[in-house]
Amino acid sequence: MVQSKKERMSGNEAVAHAIKQINPDVMPAFPITPSTEIPQFVSNMIANGEIDTEFIPVESEHSSMSAAIGAEAAGARTLTATSSCGLAFMWEVLYVAASNRLPIMMEVVNRALSGPININAEHSDSMGARDSGWLQIYAENNQEVYDNTIQAYRIAEHADVKLPIMICQDGFITSHAVENIELLPTNAVKDFVGTYEPEHYLLKEDETMAIGPYAISPYCMEAKRAQAQGMINAKKVILQVAEEFEKLSGRKYGFYEGYELDDADFVLVAIGSVCGTIKDAIDELRSKGKKVGLLKVRVFRPFPGEEFAKALKTAKAIAIMDRCEGYNANGGPLGAELTTALYKEKAQAEVVNIIYGLSGRDVKTEDICRVYEKLEKLSQGTDEFGPYPYLGLRSNESADRI
Amino acid sequence: MQTKNTFDFKEIQGREERLAPGHRMCAGCGGTIAVRNVLKALHPGDKAVIGNATGCLEVSSFMYPYTAYEDSYIHNAFENAGATLSGVETAYKALKKKGKITEEYKFITFGGDGGTYDIGLQSLSGAMERGHDMVYVCYDNGAYMNTGVQRSSATPMYADTTTTPTGKQSDGKPQRRKDLAGVIAAHNIPYVAQTTFIGNMKDLYTKSEKAIYTPGAAFLNILAPCPRGWKYDSPEIIEICKLSVETCYWPLFEVIEGKWQLSYMPKKKLPIEDFLNKQGRFKHLFKPENAYLIQAFQEEVDRRWEELLVRCNA
Repeated sequence: MVQSKKERMSGNEAVAHAIKQINPDVMPAFPITPSTEIPQFVSNMIANGEIDTEFIPVESEHSSMSAAIGAEAAGARTLTATSSCGLAFMWEVLYVAASNRLPIMMEVVNRALSGPININAEHSDSMGARDSGWLQIYAENNQEVYDNTIQAYRIAEHADVKLPIMICQDGFITSHAVENIELLPTNAVKDFVGTYEPEHYLLKEDETMAIGPYAISPYCMEAKRAQAQGMINAKKVILQVAEEFEKLSGRKYGFYEGYELDDADFVLVAIGSVCGTIKDAIDELRSKGKKVGLLKVRVFRPFPGEEFAKALKTAKAIAIMDRCEGYNANGGPLGAELTTALYKEKAQAEVVNIIYGLSGRDVKTEDICRVYEKLEKLSQGTDEFGPYPYLGLRSNESADRI
Repeated sequence: MQTKNTFDFKEIQGREERLAPGHRMCAGCGGTIAVRNVLKALHPGDKAVIGNATGCLEVSSFMYPYTAYEDSYIHNAFENAGATLSGVETAYKALKKKGKITEEYKFITFGGDGGTYDIGLQSLSGAMERGHDMVYVCYDNGAYMNTGVQRSSATPMYADTTTTPTGKQSDGKPQRRKDLAGVIAAHNIPYVAQTTFIGNMKDLYTKSEKAIYTPGAAFLNILAPCPRGWKYDSPEIIEICKLSVETCYWPLFEVIEGKWQLSYMPKKKLPIEDFLNKQGRFKHLFKPENAYLIQAFQEEVDRRWEELLVRCNA
């Protein structure tokens, strides 16, 4: 284990610091709140000669991902950053990046999609891209987004994976709030990340390569199955890299973090910054003797449904929290996928899917305590959630308001 | 610039093909002629990465598991050939700086008028403005041919296309065509040129060589007729290209560091009918009652030609 240095910085600064330590080859980016600071920090580092990354000031996010695909295919370790509509604008080419097996890293600072236009935290942007073939790792705070960034290329570039990766953090709540952080020494980061040595690339001097073919039906399905295998393999690689990272930093990572989870009867499952609030609520309720706990999702792609479900098997009632509308009259993406996993695991818990925190709506510990209270009642046969529960909704018109 | 002063047709045509035979482009396709001849302008032994927007060319020249390109090649999507190659070129700079590459590479990307004038215009504009050391080549066949001859902003006025069909209420495409070379010249890049297949490809070769070996961003607009979309007999392609130039429908020019230069002044400007009547897409214009449309077409050609002469100070 190496000695970490204590600092104070925001999530965006933490990401920029990790980028500085990694010193990637190419970064195309286009500004969008709340991720804008990342390319700004990188541009400053380049201007001051602190890194020799080539920055491409593209004219849109579509071009940012397109240029990232070109650069990565050419053999350069590449990254970009975006949020919200910027990510949505990349939609088409996200699939191109993944299907060409290009391990690009993208810092996603999660923000609501329009409309109404809103700049605050929500997961609808990256959740919208959940089936694009990208790995997705989420963070609760600045420390985690820093640590995840350092682990990203090791996972994405692994020969058994070769897929692009999104490193996600909550807009403003994490990206702009300044918190304590422990930073690894730059040499240790460089050694951990290593150099990028792709097997084939456009600029390999002793061979040529063609990338992005038209493929007819007899070939196309095999390509897609091979790509799916990369996602399947990623589960093992994520854990291996986390284990190595723990040896380096002393900080432990897996598919999820359990907080007071082992003996919990009533469990919340959530992603991102809200987990800090949930932990506070748990401390409060545990002091009153309530057996409450949290499963914090870190890895969403690949989806470790089996591992999540096993960890939740003894719970009596579970609330799956989505910071994202599904607009399908059936709940959010985490709700849908985790419920399926629980069914496969033959879990017996009562399950409710709750939409919360849309467009940056605040979530307080008392909101979370109310959810636990209702979960307990649900386990006793009283459903106070209603068929389509929303947490923290102002309108009295919704019968499902929590 | 390391260009050669002489045009040795035999030597150039004898160079190794960089677009291998066996691709699936139509017989007589202008796009293929454009690609083959642009790539001939790469000096033998020089390495290149070729880019390509989605279109006829891409789906017919890189069908898995075969590629027709002897050089490294990348296709990404329809509207982003400019951005994609700008990423490749930047990767080259980054890797060269870090000592991971020692050899010289050139970067050339091809797009049809759909991928260039229309859906890819923003991506192209960005790549040109940023000044990447690359050449963007538009093979302009004046419609979305890959999807079956729909109009584009490069389609000439009155052309019959599947989204501007002629009919009782329609004379074909109502709008004038976009002047893309002018649009790109307004980016103040080092080299912009317009050409087509004429005179043993000398004009095309010379301009391609200049575009490839001029440091910075360069743009070539090549009129590349499509026998299916324009509805002419395939062997007539060279005659049609010649007429496009002799009628001043498709003037040959260069814009070098902002300076406009006419490459060819027709001895006698031919009437536009000579170009139009070779093509089925303009058949309706030759009905007696539509003579006024030909006149309007001629006026449009004349206006733009005069404007070009002023720009070129010719």
